[in-house]
Amino acid sequence: MTATDASATPAGRGGAEPTLSVGHMDVVYKVRGRDRLALRDVSFEVGRRESYGLVGESGSGKSTVALALTRYLPRNGRVSAGTVSINGADPLAMSGTDLRHLRARTVSMVYQEPGKALNPSIRVGRQVAEVYEVAGLHRAEAAERAEAMLRKVQIADPGRVMGRYAHQLSGGMAQRVVIAMALAAEPALLILDEPTTALDATVEAEVLDLVSALRAEFDTSVLFISHNLAVIAKMCDRVGVLYAGELVEEGPAREVFEDPRHPYTVGLLRCIPRRGQRKDHGRLDTIPGFLPPAGHTLSGCVFAPRCLLAEDRCREAPPPSYQIAAARTSRCYRHDVAPSLPRATPEDKPLPGPPASAETLVQLAGLSKTFGARGSRGSRGEQVHALTGVDLELERGETLGLVGESGSGKTTLAWVLLGLLPPDPGATVELAGQPLAADVRRRPRSQLRALQIVFQNPDSALNRRHTVRRLISRPLARLAGLSGERLRARLAELITSVRLEDRHLAMRPNQLSGGLKQRVAIARAFGSGPAVVVCDEPTSALDVSVQAAILNLLADLQADEQVSYLFISHDLGVVRYLSDRIAVLYLGKVMEVGPAERVFSGPHHPYTEALLSAVPSLDGQRADRIKLSGEIPSATNLPTGCVFHTRCPRRLPSGICESEEPPLREVEPGHRMSCHIPLDELQNLQRAGQPT
Amino acid sequence: MTDIVVAPAAGVAVARPDQTGELTPWRLLLRRPTFLAGAVILLFWLACAIFGSLIAPHNPLAQQLLLTNQAPSGAHWFGTDQLGRDVLSRVIVGARSILLIAFAATVLSTVLGTALGLVMGYLGGVVDIVAGRLVEAALALPVVIVAFLFIVAVGPSPLTIIVVIGLVFTLLIARTVRSTVLVESQLDYLAAARLLGEKSVSIMFSEVLPNVVPAILVEFTVRLGYAIFTVATLSFLGFGVQPPTPDWGADIAHNYVTLGAGYWWMTLFPALAIASLVIAINLFTDSIEQVLAS
Repeated sequence: MTATDASATPAGRGGAEPTLSVGHMDVVYKVRGRDRLALRDVSFEVGRRESYGLVGESGSGKSTVALALTRYLPRNGRVSAGTVSINGADPLAMSGTDLRHLRARTVSMVYQEPGKALNPSIRVGRQVAEVYEVAGLHRAEAAERAEAMLRKVQIADPGRVMGRYAHQLSGGMAQRVVIAMALAAEPALLILDEPTTALDATVEAEVLDLVSALRAEFDTSVLFISHNLAVIAKMCDRVGVLYAGELVEEGPAREVFEDPRHPYTVGLLRCIPRRGQRKDHGRLDTIPGFLPPAGHTLSGCVFAPRCLLAEDRCREAPPPSYQIAAARTSRCYRHDVAPSLPRATPEDKPLPGPPASAETLVQLAGLSKTFGARGSRGSRGEQVHALTGVDLELERGETLGLVGESGSGKTTLAWVLLGLLPPDPGATVELAGQPLAADVRRRPRSQLRALQIVFQNPDSALNRRHTVRRLISRPLARLAGLSGERLRARLAELITSVRLEDRHLAMRPNQLSGGLKQRVAIARAFGSGPAVVVCDEPTSALDVSVQAAILNLLADLQADEQVSYLFISHDLGVVRYLSDRIAVLYLGKVMEVGPAERVFSGPHHPYTEALLSAVPSLDGQRADRIKLSGEIPSATNLPTGCVFHTRCPRRLPSGICESEEPPLREVEPGHRMSCHIPLDELQNLQRAGQPT
Repeated sequence: MTDIVVAPAAGVAVARPDQTGELTPWRLLLRRPTFLAGAVILLFWLACAIFGSLIAPHNPLAQQLLLTNQAPSGAHWFGTDQLGRDVLSRVIVGARSILLIAFAATVLSTVLGTALGLVMGYLGGVVDIVAGRLVEAALALPVVIVAFLFIVAVGPSPLTIIVVIGLVFTLLIARTVRSTVLVESQLDYLAAARLLGEKSVSIMFSEVLPNVVPAILVEFTVRLGYAIFTVATLSFLGFGVQPPTPDWGADIAHNYVTLGAGYWWMTLFPALAIASLVIAINLFTDSIEQVLAS
């Protein structure tokens, strides 16, 4: 293994040679003295100017691929077999100097958390300029080039941004800066590892557009890693599907997602609510079982234990990679029948549509929440208006979806309803006609029973020192007033209804997978027999296949228990699947509220329109995206007039949007909207497509 | 990973085997040589403290006026002191007072400090601000000065030392527990408990406390080391165990004046005893901390 050949090999630019070529790569991690295989026999190529997507759930090994390519594997990891070639050079055989050279000039990486990729103590401008200085430019020239690069990533005022520190930038801005740094060296290969996962949908859309534009301009090949199939579908020419460390299917992105030929891909795509699918259309399909543990030693196909098409040969020997069409491969013996994979979850169970009889259960009126209002902790005058004058109602048995970007007040609204945060004086918060005390400690037991929550992150929501039995029994004993045999009976019933097993009762949360933990949290919320359950992003921390099972469970429980949901999510597909009505929040105000189908199909509020068009879709329509310009204004200083006017693509030229706040008025039965533009005009505008 | 349950009053931890069969903290501890070394030394001194006069070759109080200031020899391994008492016997029997006082003071401070820290961290607001400033004010004074004030008021005795060290360390432990509780307060399980109508006291002790036990455990062992040091210091200054009862600090104070005459053994051996005990506890603490962190 000599180090010299790496730099000696001329980089064959423009030739047929791919930018990145990985051949039969194995990666192992040494854990407690044993080698555990994390990647097995992974082969793929990224051609010149090509964008290649690697998609897989957590634990599939997609980040390990990125780390292995640039030799950033942790100390206990190594490439144990196979070849890697970047621009004709082999990073696995490089010396330290050559490797640094490769990382500086040829390959750039962008990670999920832009905040962590930037040095908090160095000004942004210096960090970008450093890339040029490393390339040999003088300080002044490097600063100039850095400013030009920041302009290219569409930062409005690069001169000022250069003087800031990372913490002074929003998430979207920080990610642009990281992309600017990554592209500054004009790399041959850009590796993006979940670059938009931490960002809001509207910001994600902008960043993705930016990456597409710059890829064309800089002539860069892209390896795009994500768990989000829709993002991959939008961004990539070709896609590889990773499962348990193996590349199970590969091909042109559109073809793979339209006509998947590996049972795992088929199952994964069925887990996602698509094409306006709703709970009353039937349940989502799921993938049974669990990912094999790291370092598994399966003799056959890695997916066989979870595959409903598996035969004896699948369990005996690993399938080879079948060439099923030009440039398409599938690692499945039964790739020809993969699309006819039987459903793991029957579709037929009737799920409730919107409730027939309207009985208002929760009534919110004039609800505001201002943080820092009473200058008790210093900082006088700095008031954050988290919610302003919110009027909403929730009916018995319905699901009200709450959507909006981060900072729109969704979670604050839920916490106020639950009595975990007091609202500003003068608000009406009622449950079944009875006023709810502002503080949960002052609420009678009947009201405590009625309102429960499922949090986003079960690791945080479940006390890690308590057993599952204790976690689920507590509401039964405290709120439902059960004890002894009746408690045991109800406990057994509950765990069956959330599909947990008896053996889980003695375990603690850290012994359960993410999906099982969320089931425990759901069982706890349903233990008291609630009338309303707040679901605050209950599936955001989960993988797609687990998400489907949890959504089915929530729908089933609603059908059985006639419970109402206040369902908060940033994933509009998920909200659409579960919700009967939807409320759209922006900067703490309700922009629009109405029946789910009306809100989604339109005509809708310009903000709703922007949110919807920002979401990448697997179904691949909608080229007429309307874009939001600028950042969300600060909640300490709300814009005058309509709070959305600063970013609204359909702002009226008359100036009324800047000066006068539109009332939330009923534009059609049950559909309220806060916009100066009349409904029929909105309809015409939105049919016509993007505003000029 | 960490599966440690506290016996509520004493702050003594017992490890329980994990159901999954992965390595429990207890087994991980036993694999560490530093832990084993610390444990062996500690157990040795514990045995001395418990069985002192049974193990000691001589009566530690017996004065042999014909055999004063004897250098270490086969008959007296650690030599004899100015009054002809056997130094080895005094070192062995002297383990009792220092361990007893230090342990009692640390237990007292752990119990009180945990309660105070939980209240400060969980209730926050005015309670936290007022208690926090009081803690800082009290910690501004050196322990020895505080002890002196107490002893002037109530007279020197082991009980006084226990109370003084116990109260001062209570404040230190409260500060650590408070900061750990603040981290826990960010987690949603506390909100979930409030939604089940749990009272504040119940949330503090049955929800938060089990999660801060690892931090308390580490704090307990760290403080035990400091307590031994402080007890020895106070005894040396004459505030603790009174002569002729064997006590390492008091014996050093009594004998160090003879160092100039070359009688090093009567000072060195009690000093080594103090050092070995403090080192043993620190080895112990480091291992526990590392295992809990892993």
